[in-house]
This record gives sequence, C-alpha cells and structure tokens, in this order.
Amino acid sequence: MSARTVQRLMMGFYVVLFFGFLFGPLLVMAVTAVNTAQYPQVLPFEGFTLDWFVVLLDDRNLVDGIRNSILIGVFVVLLSVPLGLAGAIVMTQIYDRARSLYYLVVVSPVLTPGIIIGISTVIFWRDVADSIGSESVYSGLFLATLGQSTFISAYCMLIFLSRLQRFDPSQREAALDLGATHTQVFFHILLPFLKPAVFSAALIAFLSSFENYNTTTFAILADKTLTTVLAGRVRQGTTPAISALAVLIIAITLAGAVLYEVLRRIEQRREQGRAKAAAMAERAEVAGGLAPAAALMSS
Amino acid sequence: MSADVELDDVSVRFGPFLAVDRASLKIAGGEFFSILGPSGCGKTTLLRTISGFLQPSQGRVRIGGRDMAGLGANKRPTALIFQNLALFPLMTVADNVGYGLRVRGVARAERRRRVDALLQLVALPDQGGSLVSELSGGQKQRVAIARALAVEPQVLLLDEPLSALDLRLRQHMRSELRAIQKRVGITFIYITHDQGEALTMSDRIAVMNRGVIEQVGPGRAVYDDPATAFVASFVGENNCFEGTVVETGDGHAVVETGVGRLSGRRRNGLAVGDRALVFVRPEALRLVSDDAPAPIACELSSSAFEGNATHLFARARQGQPIVVTLSRRDEAGAMAPGQKLGLDYAAHDGLVLPANGHGAD
Amino acid sequence: MTGLRGVLFVGLPVAVILGFWLLARWEYRHGRDSHRQSFVARNGWPVVAFVVAAVGFWALVMIVLPQLYMVDFSFHPKLPPSQRGGPRDVYTLENYRYFLFGSTRSTASWNVTHITAFWLTIAVSMCITVLNFVICYPLAYFMAQVGTGSQVRKLMLLLIIPYWVNELLRAFAFNILFGTSGVLNVILLCTGVIASPIDFIGQDIALYSGLTYAYLLVMMFPLYNALESLDHNQIEAARDLGAPWWHVHLHVVMPFAKPGIASGCTLVFMLCAGALAAPLVLGGPKTLWFTPIVYDRFYQAFNWNQGAAYAIVLLLTCILFVMMVMRVFRVSLSEITR
Repeated sequence: MSARTVQRLMMGFYVVLFFGFLFGPLLVMAVTAVNTAQYPQVLPFEGFTLDWFVVLLDDRNLVDGIRNSILIGVFVVLLSVPLGLAGAIVMTQIYDRARSLYYLVVVSPVLTPGIIIGISTVIFWRDVADSIGSESVYSGLFLATLGQSTFISAYCMLIFLSRLQRFDPSQREAALDLGATHTQVFFHILLPFLKPAVFSAALIAFLSSFENYNTTTFAILADKTLTTVLAGRVRQGTTPAISALAVLIIAITLAGAVLYEVLRRIEQRREQGRAKAAAMAERAEVAGGLAPAAALMSS
Repeated sequence: MSADVELDDVSVRFGPFLAVDRASLKIAGGEFFSILGPSGCGKTTLLRTISGFLQPSQGRVRIGGRDMAGLGANKRPTALIFQNLALFPLMTVADNVGYGLRVRGVARAERRRRVDALLQLVALPDQGGSLVSELSGGQKQRVAIARALAVEPQVLLLDEPLSALDLRLRQHMRSELRAIQKRVGITFIYITHDQGEALTMSDRIAVMNRGVIEQVGPGRAVYDDPATAFVASFVGENNCFEGTVVETGDGHAVVETGVGRLSGRRRNGLAVGDRALVFVRPEALRLVSDDAPAPIACELSSSAFEGNATHLFARARQGQPIVVTLSRRDEAGAMAPGQKLGLDYAAHDGLVLPANGHGAD
Repeated sequence: MTGLRGVLFVGLPVAVILGFWLLARWEYRHGRDSHRQSFVARNGWPVVAFVVAAVGFWALVMIVLPQLYMVDFSFHPKLPPSQRGGPRDVYTLENYRYFLFGSTRSTASWNVTHITAFWLTIAVSMCITVLNFVICYPLAYFMAQVGTGSQVRKLMLLLIIPYWVNELLRAFAFNILFGTSGVLNVILLCTGVIASPIDFIGQDIALYSGLTYAYLLVMMFPLYNALESLDHNQIEAARDLGAPWWHVHLHVVMPFAKPGIASGCTLVFMLCAGALAAPLVLGGPKTLWFTPIVYDRFYQAFNWNQGAAYAIVLLLTCILFVMMVMRVFRVSLSEITR
C-alpha cells in the first residue's frame, strides 16, 4: 500500500468517525422514539410503536409552547430583519473611529452569552414597566421577542453586510443619473438587490428564535415556549415522548434545509441558462458581426 | 435638444490631491467632444463633475448657460453611460430602458411606446423581455445607450463604455455611436484613453494629463500640431530627440541632439540655448539611398510587416530608439537586422517643443 | 428609578447620539474625501428616518441600556418593590461579596462552591474549545482544500442538518446515551465489559462530551470559511520546498486560517461558558457549572440583584476571553465575527 492510500484510508476513517459522532446520538434518540419501552432505550427493542407521537398531541402545554414559539419567531423576523438592514446600511456609510465604536456596540450581542442578554432584558424592562406604569410592556412574549432580537438582529446585519459588500455602487449612481430620488434608489435598486439576503436573514432569524433557550428562559417570564416546555420535560424525567418530539423537530428542520437547497439549485440552474444564452449571443456576435442597426446607419 | 457645456476654471481636490487643475472648456451644443488622457489623468473626475456626482472645489459648471452648482446628478440634464454600463441586472431590458421614465412618473402605456421606439433605434426590437444577463457585450452596450437616451438628456456623457468589448466590435460600435449622435443631435462628451477612438469619432478632442487640460482642438490639429511634449508623445506614435536649440529662425529651429542636428517647426518662446525636444512621426521619416547624406544614421534592429505598412525598429547613436513606418509604396525590399539606414524627413514634419514643458506658449 | 438613574438613562442616549453626530461632522471636515455627501443627502429623508430610528432603538434601547442598567442593578440590594428608590436603596457591593465569600456581610471564609464552579467552568470551556478545534480541523481542511466539489456539497449538507438541532435535544440525546440504564451502560453490561453501570452523569463525563458535541459545528463553519480562501498553490509550494506535512500546517495553513480559528474559539468558549441547557439536562447533583448557579439566583433564591452580579462576572469573563484571543491571534473584532 502506498503512503497515499494509507492517507486516504485514514481520512475516510476519520470522516466516518466524525459523522458517527455527529449523527449517532440523534439516531439512537430516533430509535427510542419508536420503542414501546417506557424508558427511552434502544436495547432491548421491545416492539415498534408510534404511540409516543400520539402522546404529544394531547399535551396542552406543548401545543401552547409551540404556538408561542411560532408567534415569537414571526415577531422576531419582523423586528430583526429591518433592524439588521438598518444596522448594515449605517455600517457601510460610516468610517474610521465612529465605525469601530459602532461595530463594537452592535456586534457585542453575538459574543455575549444568551443568558446575560435574557437577564439584562428582563431587569431593564421590568423597571421600565414600573416607571411608566404600563404592565403590558412586562409580558413574556414581548420580552422574549426583544431579547432574542437583540442578537438575532446582529446575525441579520452580518448577512446583509456580506451581501452589501458585493453591491456595485455604480448601480446606485446610474439610477440617480436617470433622475431617481434617493428614496427611489433604495426601493428600486438596493432592496431588490438585497432580496435574497432578506430571505436568508428571515429564515435564520426564525430558526434562531425557534430553537433559542438561553435567552428565552429568562425573558419569557410566566409564559412558555417550545424550548422552555421541553426543558421542563427533560428535567422532570426522560420519556420516549421527548424522543418522538425531537424526531419531529429534526424532520421539520430537515425538510426546511432540503427545500432551501432545492430552491437554491433551481435558481442556480436558471442563472446558468442565462449565462449560456449570453455566451451564445456573444459567439454569434463575434462570428457574424453585430446585426447592423439598420435604422441607424441609413439615417 | 442639445445644450452647450461650459467649464469655468474648475478644480477638483481630494484632500491634498488635486485631481483636476483649473480646467476651462467650452463645448458647443451638438458637438461630439472627447477627453483623451492616460488613466489617472483626472478625466473621469472631470466627467463626474459635469454629471453632478462631484461638486467642484473651485470654479463653475454651466450646462445650457445654467449654473449647476448644488444640483445633484438626478437634477441635471445629463445622462451618463458608465464604464461597466451599470445596467440593472434584476430588471428586463425594457424595464432598464424605461427606468428613467418610470421615476419621472410617465404612464405605463406611454412608457412602453417610447421604450419600443428606443429599442428599435438600437436594433434590439425583440429583446425587451430578456434579462440583461442573457445579452452579449454589444447588446448590453446598446441597452445602456437606449437607457440613457430615454430620459432625453441634453448632454450624454460616456465613460470609456467600449473598453470591455473585443477589438472588432469596438470598431463597429465607434461608427454606430457616431451615427446615433448624428441622429439624436445632442452633445456627447466621451472619455477615453484610446486615441484611435478619440480621433475617429470626435469633432474636437481635449488632451488631459495630470489634471491639466494640455490642448483642445480637432483631431487633425491635435495630431499634426501638438501643443506640448506630452500631447506629441501621447497622441499617435512619435520619435523624440532631446537636445539644445542652436539656431532659431522664422517659425523654425535647429536643435543639436544625440543623433545630430535636427530641425523642425518651432512654437514661439524657444531661444538659442534652451533645452528642447524634436518630434518626428514614424510615417514622416523616409529612407535615403546609401550614398546620399542623411541627417539621421541608424542601424536596423527588427521590422514588422503589417500588410498595408511595415514598421522598422532601429537604433541610432547612444542607443536612441527610432521607429519608421513605411507605406507599401515606399518599401525598399527585404532588409536584414544590422543593416545601416539613413533617414531624412521634410523640415515641416519636424516639430520642436520645449523640454519639460517650460516656456510653452 | 432614582434621580441619578433617570439622568443616566435619558441623558446617555442623547449624549451618544450627539457624540456620534459630532464625530461624523469632524471626520467629514477633516476626512480625505471632502466630496463625500452627507448621510441625509445620500439616502434621502425617509430612509434616514427609518435607519436612525431603527439603529437608535436597537443599539441603545436593546443593547446598551439593558446592559448598563444591569450593571447598575447589580450594585443595589434586593428590596421589596415598595422600598425601591427609598432610603435603603443605596449602592452596595454585597452581591459581589456574596459571590466571593458566601455572605453579604462577612468576608471571613471563601464561597468555595461558587468560586470552584466558576474556575472549573472556565477551565473546562477552554479545554472543550481546544478539543473542538482538534476534532474539526482535519475535516475542515479536507473540505476546503482536498475534497472535490460534489464531495464538499454533500458533506456540507450533512453538517448543516444537525447544526439546527436544538441544544436541549442534543443534551437529551446524550442523556439517553449516558444514563444509568442508558444505551452505553446497557451495551457495556451485556458484553460483560463492566459488572455494574457506570455513573457517567455523576462523573460529569456526560456533560463534558455533551458540550463538546453541542458546539462542534460552531467551530467547523468559521474554520472551513477561513481555510477555503487559502490558495492551494501555497501549500503545494511549501511541499515542493520539502516541508514536512506538520510544518506546512503549522506555518502555512494555520497562520492563514487565524481569523477563522479565533472566530471559532471565541464562539465555542462563549457558548460553553454560557451554556444552560446542557448543564441542566446532563448535570448530576454534584456537578459544578457556573450558569446553573446564576439561574438559581433568579429562580430559587429569587434574588435578581445577586443574579445580575453573577451575570456580570460571567460577562466580564467573556469580554476578557475575547480580548485575550484578539491579543494572542492578533486579529480584529471584525475578523472574529465575520
């Protein structure tokens, strides 16, 4: 065996090991979800059942939690995407010292542990609610949305920033030169350019919100979300119903990821089609010369 | 409708860097005017100042007699064709062309009518529904022209729009641009570093170097009668001999150079003892038969046959390089490298200019 | 709110906005590009109004003020609502004193449990960070430099799917694996390797491997992104010069991937030290981890002020770690968060 073969074998072994570690626990969990045993276990496999999935539907708390999680997720998307967009626009237009200070402030939530964001949000808004005498501010859904958006907006901003870096400033100038106002440039040129980033940011924002636990557990107060209900269940004791729930969540995530990938490939193929058309036009042009602009040349 | 453009003592400064240095120009309405210069000479800055993306640090820009101070690009009667064209990639060809009308609030039906007419004009009648990314380079070029013309500008500004095309297409587009300009009759201001483009298309040319406009005139005048050493060497090929003026006469001067005494026409302001440059175009040089006395003696290094002409590359005394262009008729048969050559030129084909720009005009 | 707080929290936003505006004016005047248009002229009023309102709300009301308020809050004693703002609402160090000495007054003995938990959390988080780097580096390198396009796409998809699995569920999966009657113990017992079940959870083995597992992909993606932009020719060149493989990695590949390494390390450390789900699910009765202690300040001791103090201790630790990483790797903040 050559050294190269050994190397490849070792690499293959390592990759298998890595993904074994990554998926093994999840697979084990999936098996426990369909085992009739009362305690989540793989061995001995006592019999196949889907009862644990049915149990989930009867769980009021869980259903409430999922509803709240979706609600918060939607609010977070509605708040974080515009905030992230505004943050990115400011970032691309300020310079030097102001820029580094600003960057420090708006990126700090990404590097702050989630529980700290949750704690500070609750402490701050409790006293704000006290001092303005409005109890409605001090609600779990509102605070969870705010707390999560604090750092999810920063994720969105980073997504927008990387897209904005590829924005060709002459596009803006061309629109202005044709008589557009700055506001029109924003809506006709910049926003359409950012559309893919808006979709990614919304998707990332929703997923981050939906699966967040650390910030939510503080900010949600007396309400509940999927993750806080889940945490309660897991701490109470392990039952295969939780495995069943995990399998469901993973399946939904998987479907989302696959859908996203498929849409991306379709778009890619469409772009390739356009590039091919352009290449053909180019070839025709070089071979036969440009079709003479007859209307022009005759006059 | 076309408008004249007037630059009055315009300077543009970026911090300590002076990009445009006191430029003054009068461009007549309906003129095809080129600004020619090497990259970094300030020509794009000047164009952006006219279009309103930059405000001059000093001086005035007037279009159609109106002072443009404080007016942004979207308020000026100009349209700019960008070097990269800056077509909107997410819009169809028709939407691109109609964009200027859309932001002016022109109704949809009227917009479609005018877009169709413009696409007809640039010979892309069936491409309205295509996306820009489906077009070839030349087609994109035409969309950019149509888009700029749609807003009926009084002045069209073009920032090297042909530089991305391949040579053949570029030459074709030159004549097309010129035809469009004739037809719509508005003022074109064309930026380029390609002297061929400037000479073939323009009514007049301004040559720019290091932020300064060195000469303005019709292409023939700029080529035949360059005002400065920079213009002489930048526009067209030129042989340059440096030396000291030893004799001046009525409109001519004799210069003692490294290859011998050379004479030529003289711009005023040169006196005996001044450092000077003698310029002789490659096509002005002739071969002299072996026995006759020749002002320039040199040795052939190589030659390049180009069909209608042959270029000879030679070296004179002190390694001074010399280029000679012979037309088909003048060709003296096969020559081998190392062969000794005698060169001569008509006195009025030599041009004596001050060295280092001192004492010009 | 007391008068001082009122001044602080109304005056500060105004001061910050004024400061930014002045800084912008100053740089506008003294900047190299005197042709830069003002923010308003470049964006138009409606966009500027939206941007300023949004960024002002986010940066000040959502980020800066809550953090500052939490700092202020941690220096106040726990009081019933009726006494807040009253004469007993004074600045005090008692919450921090409690963290160090286990009492709000006495400084006689150290608060051994909390301090040990704190240091253990930091030490273990650092170890897990290093371990995650070691595990991820070969695969990230393979995907970025060796693998073919379709291989990389497939591996990437395989990585993205588990990335979105909830922290709690990962921890739960490890609970199933490592429980006293969990899968691992059953297998070991059946095969006769051990005679009685091993208490993986009580030994913290479950917690540490669960944490390693949870943040593996947080290390993977920044590493991969950094390695991907390395020109393979550089590696080839080093090989041609006869450098052994470890030398190439140590002196060519890793220095290049520095921002990615720094980014991955910062995130993994921060998430580990701030992890709540894994310690709650995988922690045994004697497990020492800092975040559950902070959590208990709120939900068992019901002492929010003390909880705030504990949160600030954790926050400072993370800030120090980020600064250390920036110093050691000589990278800027923007490189870490890319």
